[in-house]
Amino acid sequence: MERFEIGQDIRLLRPIERTGRAFWIFAGILMAIGLWGVFAWTTQLRRGLSVTGLNVPVYWGLYITNFVFFIGISHAGTLISAILRLSHAEWRRSITRAAEVITVLVLFFGMGCVILDLGRPDRVLNVLKSGNFTSPLLWDVLSVTMYLTASTIYLYLPLIPDIAILRDYIPRRRWFYRPLALGWTGAPGQQRVLNRAIAVMAVIVIPIAISVHTVVSWVFAMTVQPMWHSTIFGPYFVVGAIFSGIAAIIIAMAIIRKAYHLEEYLKPIHFNNLGILLLVMSLLWFYFTFAEFLTTYYGSEPAHMSIFLSKTEGKFSPLFWTMAVSCFVIPFLLLANNRTRRTIWGTVAASISVEIGMWLERFLIVVPSLSRPRLPLSAPSYSPSWVEWSLLAAFIAMFILLYAVFTKLFPIVSIWEVHEGREHSVNEVTARVQSYLPAMPEPVHE
Amino acid sequence: MAIDLDRCTACQACVVACQVENNVSPAGAEQWEEGRAISWLRLVPFQDGEHGTRPDLRLMPLPCMHCQRPPCTKVCPVKATQIDREGLVAQVYPRCIGCRYCTTACPYTVRHFNWTQPQWPRPMEQALSPDVSVRPTGVVEKCTFCHHRLQRAKDNARMEGRALREGDYVPACVETCPAEAMVFGDLDDPASAVTRLSQSPRAFRLLEDLGTEPKVIYLSKGESGGKV
Repeated sequence: MERFEIGQDIRLLRPIERTGRAFWIFAGILMAIGLWGVFAWTTQLRRGLSVTGLNVPVYWGLYITNFVFFIGISHAGTLISAILRLSHAEWRRSITRAAEVITVLVLFFGMGCVILDLGRPDRVLNVLKSGNFTSPLLWDVLSVTMYLTASTIYLYLPLIPDIAILRDYIPRRRWFYRPLALGWTGAPGQQRVLNRAIAVMAVIVIPIAISVHTVVSWVFAMTVQPMWHSTIFGPYFVVGAIFSGIAAIIIAMAIIRKAYHLEEYLKPIHFNNLGILLLVMSLLWFYFTFAEFLTTYYGSEPAHMSIFLSKTEGKFSPLFWTMAVSCFVIPFLLLANNRTRRTIWGTVAASISVEIGMWLERFLIVVPSLSRPRLPLSAPSYSPSWVEWSLLAAFIAMFILLYAVFTKLFPIVSIWEVHEGREHSVNEVTARVQSYLPAMPEPVHE
Repeated sequence: MAIDLDRCTACQACVVACQVENNVSPAGAEQWEEGRAISWLRLVPFQDGEHGTRPDLRLMPLPCMHCQRPPCTKVCPVKATQIDREGLVAQVYPRCIGCRYCTTACPYTVRHFNWTQPQWPRPMEQALSPDVSVRPTGVVEKCTFCHHRLQRAKDNARMEGRALREGDYVPACVETCPAEAMVFGDLDDPASAVTRLSQSPRAFRLLEDLGTEPKVIYLSKGESGGKV
């Protein structure tokens, strides 16, 4: 059996072979935040949802906001990487894996948020036992499960050749990598099957990803509540999801690049290209938001207007305008300008702004519509409790920790795909460009 | 159910009767401050008065509307709330997972969630109604139109070998109302008092334009009927 010639890409194995003290300190801090979350959760299990800030009529708050937010982030990965693969975007090679891992991991936390929100988490299996197919929440269960399955397969398939490399290059962890490599040798027959399977999964995963966030939006849109019952919610949520997803990839890439010194693999051009995508999504997000609010404003139905005004000039207005600035103004200014977009800090700053803005957007969809019910009700306004904030912090910390652990077990930049790009794609792209053009003379064969 | 707002004095006897009948634990000041008090029947303010005159602020009792097309039942992921054969919207406490989708979907905000274990000050815990189960923490509950009374009335009718008659069963709120503002009966029976009242020119249903088809009918004179 011939060993894959790894060449200069051997440096991609370095994070897996050696773990420094900084990593352990970092992991320790994240673990501590996670344990704090466990404490918060046991408090909630003991005393019920009374430990949250929820009330009548704001029955949903931070947990549902985080659910929508995390499921949104999950569109980072698989969807973007599938689109880039299918469109033969050659610059994808060193970023697809980093994106796909985000999807798989963050989905667990998205589903976790729903469990946190249940009054009776012990009865969650009733959803399978007596599922009601008219409930959008059940559609969610189905499509998120499907998405998790598909995106796990989609992460694993391109990982197989890299696991085989690890099996051959890191003998002391052979017991771990050998079974996962499924006897990969890199034979042309195997490669053909793998490429085919990846291509099929890339096609399958796109409609599933779109269905996931559409269905999440329908949880709201299928009710008659003001400013939830909207026909554009499906596409609006999908756009927001891809938007926050791309921002998440950019942030993750910047951290990986810095921590593992992968400057040669994650170049400013990658950030620039993702920055252009982020700019497009920012404009789309603005378009959808503007269309939604202008339509509501012109319709002027009192029940809708009461929510509308609470967002634009009432008690939610500081959050609303922060959202508008951080989802649109800041990213637009940073990304429309070549000078800032072509720097890594420019795209990262825009991405952080987008993440904050998109979390606020989710919050502003969930809470204001519930805060002003159609029939008057005297109730205090909702402010999340320490339990809810702690669990958000713990989920983010555990997500980062699991992501970091992944980078310690598997190469976060796909070795074989970068290798393939170097060996074959340069010629392939030349041939492809030639095929587009009419007047190229046929190459002369001797 | 028909509620005549021109007779209602907003005395809240119905609210108290409901609370006692259905083992709803009395909420303390803390629960009211947190906005977590459970009341299956509450009074809602609305404005009354002709256009151009000084409006009166009045109160209307608000039980579950038992909609014919309820927005709550179709969103429940586990079929824990369903419309039963009598047309009542029922809640299955042992199955409810506490996701509170029904509470957010209900445009009347009449569904309640059990944030904590219900508690009764001594000796009230010895006076609980044996016909009604005490709901556990973490599930949703709401007005049942005193469904347990319907069960009992049906049993009695069966023992006497006859069909259910008008007046065999009324919910506790209706029974209590000192102003006789609340009337209860079978809306499917063309001869019943509620059917007659539902055809009155004073009759309206709450948030009728949402198409939920409530089975609670309000009666009020004047053009402001239905405006909240």
